[in-house]
Amino acid sequence: MSATTGSARTRRSGSVEGRQRVRDGATSAIMHLVLAVVAIIVIYPLVWVVGSSFGPGGGLANATPIPENATFDNYVHLFTQTNYGRWYLNSLYVATINMAGSVALSALCGWVFARIRFRGRKASMLGILILQMFPSFLTAIAVYMLFLNFGLLDSLTGLALVSIAAALPYNTWLMKGFTDNLPASLDEAAALDGAGRLTIFRKIVLPLMRPMLTFVAITSFTAPWMDFILPRLLLQSSGKQTVALGLFQMITDQYSNDFTTFAAGAVALALPITILYIVLQRHLVTGAMAGAEKG
Amino acid sequence: MTTIETTEHPVPAPRRAPRGPGRTGPGLPALAPGLASALVWGAGQLLNRQAGKAAFFFTFFAGMVVGEIATGNYYAGMEFTARLNGGFFIRGLWGLITLGTQPREMTMTGLTEGDNSIVLMANGLIALLTLALLAVIWIWSIRDAARYRAERNAGRRAETSSAYFKRLWESAFAYIALSPGLVLLVFMSVLPVLFGILVAFTNYNRDNLPPKNLVSWVGTDNFATLFAVPSWTETFAGILVWTVVWAVVATVTTYAAGMLLAVMLASRRVRFPRVWRSVFLLPWAVPAIVSALVFRSMFNGQFGPVSQWLVDIGLTDERVYWFTDPTSPNLARAVALLVNLWLGFPFFMALVGGVLANIPDSYYEAARIDGAGPLQQFRYITLPIVQRTVTPLIILSFVHNFNNFGVIYFLTEGGPDNVDYRFAGSTDLLVTWLFKLTLDNRLYNIGAVMSLVIFVIVGAISVLNLNRTKAIREL
Repeated sequence: MSATTGSARTRRSGSVEGRQRVRDGATSAIMHLVLAVVAIIVIYPLVWVVGSSFGPGGGLANATPIPENATFDNYVHLFTQTNYGRWYLNSLYVATINMAGSVALSALCGWVFARIRFRGRKASMLGILILQMFPSFLTAIAVYMLFLNFGLLDSLTGLALVSIAAALPYNTWLMKGFTDNLPASLDEAAALDGAGRLTIFRKIVLPLMRPMLTFVAITSFTAPWMDFILPRLLLQSSGKQTVALGLFQMITDQYSNDFTTFAAGAVALALPITILYIVLQRHLVTGAMAGAEKG
Repeated sequence: MTTIETTEHPVPAPRRAPRGPGRTGPGLPALAPGLASALVWGAGQLLNRQAGKAAFFFTFFAGMVVGEIATGNYYAGMEFTARLNGGFFIRGLWGLITLGTQPREMTMTGLTEGDNSIVLMANGLIALLTLALLAVIWIWSIRDAARYRAERNAGRRAETSSAYFKRLWESAFAYIALSPGLVLLVFMSVLPVLFGILVAFTNYNRDNLPPKNLVSWVGTDNFATLFAVPSWTETFAGILVWTVVWAVVATVTTYAAGMLLAVMLASRRVRFPRVWRSVFLLPWAVPAIVSALVFRSMFNGQFGPVSQWLVDIGLTDERVYWFTDPTSPNLARAVALLVNLWLGFPFFMALVGGVLANIPDSYYEAARIDGAGPLQQFRYITLPIVQRTVTPLIILSFVHNFNNFGVIYFLTEGGPDNVDYRFAGSTDLLVTWLFKLTLDNRLYNIGAVMSLVIFVIVGAISVLNLNRTKAIREL
């Protein structure tokens, strides 16, 4: 699929790049050879799974990157014969709650830590730093034991709440770091004009925080689609699974005889996220940098 | 309780003597209201003639006592036991200490209701956290009573309770704004973390599952099991070594490959760098779970295309069972590392590419004038600049790989089997082992110990990393 867009772009930039003279032919040829090999290694598995998803077969042994009689049967089968549609909606539900909750809470907390001096501020920020070090799956296992004994398992909203809490320290830290770098003079001017604190936050600070809000929104929206440990621990009944769980089950249960359906499911999950990542790649890389610099 | 004032009177007499002619209060020493508040919350404030504040603190005190009585069975004349009569706090603490005393039993009337140790432990933890919060208010009331009296004795003007609360309200905005996040964190992170730590000191596992059995405290037995029972120690040591090797090699290979490609793409000799770059970013953009499961199928021993291809071109005589052949664990490990390289290099490529774009051309021109070759330019200009920006991310990446559940679990599920290991395969990392121990084998106590061990290792690395960054200084 990327081959067609690639050649189109090649032609356009070709005239610009073509003016540059290639000085050392041999070195250049070797470099292009290396790049081509890497490109094939990168693309082949993806083409293979996309091809398989259109293949008529069913078994893993028959899967080919370029099927002879391409059909949409696997996709039809996926959405009519399996619970995939249900899983997709479940994931969408968790992802949406996770995104809304994470953005709202971390923006508010990050701003408070950046702009307001209050007693216990240092202590609570240290606490957040420590909690952030605690890998989320460790809390997940304890949450599982607690939910198990209190009968709270199998709730999608519960899963979303645990996900929000697990990422909250890190997201708050990101937001705090970003707000630190915003000019405080705007806030002060608004305060002199008599604006209340919440008004300042909503009308002045929040619009300026947009790049970081976008980053947290993307990461917290995409995370539940790929997360496995938490849903595996907290969800049990088949109607409450998420896409990641469903796909894993498909490939472990019906291994060799229904591979093409799995391939269709994998493509249906990967396509939207891949497009989102490619389109927003710059945001995501800068966001990750900011996160690392702040610890 | 009221005797305090009389006994306290003669002690610090000299302190109040030299005070000026201003309108000081009745000359009580600062200690007296403090002690009064320590016994009955708000009593000190009452002595200070601040009825509003006194009512405020007394409400918490009364709430605690009433809450305890209302949730318990405090009938006069009944013999008191914490298990049957205790309220939220007393029974909670009792449960936390004993973890229950009555197992479920079969009697003439059917099953009796036994104690559920884990529920008791969790309730006790909640009671303890509530008590800790109340203790903060208690200390606040004592300090407030003593401090206010001292200030009055020093001649400061009296402040009404309502003025105090107004002042408090204005400065409390931060706490109110933080409270939703705080509540979520306490119940979904802090409580589970504390609970997990406690489980490490119990015998909560598949042999002691509440509500059927009682769980009890076992001290450090679980730690002793992991570090002194040979079969466990061997498994732990083997997996720890592999986890460290995995994390180091995975980080180094992805960083080196990403750096190499970024430098190549920045070179003027390469045509259409943006096209190459878009292609190379694909593994990063595709969800890791999907890629890992696809590779799992490709490397499937029986039906996978890789084995088939090797047979077809005549490189191997029979199919290779990549992840299931117990005789070649290192093959599985190597393939897992290669798959991880496929997954991980684009991130570093994008990162290094961004840094390279920001290095001014004049640096390289100056180097060329001085006669530096391409390798020297790379060694003395590119590498140091990139290294400085990317180091924190390399450390983060190491931590991420240390706990890289996804690649291993989706790709190999820890296989191939290892007969020397307890509940683990040859490619299992500490994380996937922990996952199997907890979910598949229900050895919650050993799992909790493992969690602590992982936390200590990861925490130590993170602390080292933090010391390098600005984060701590900016607190």
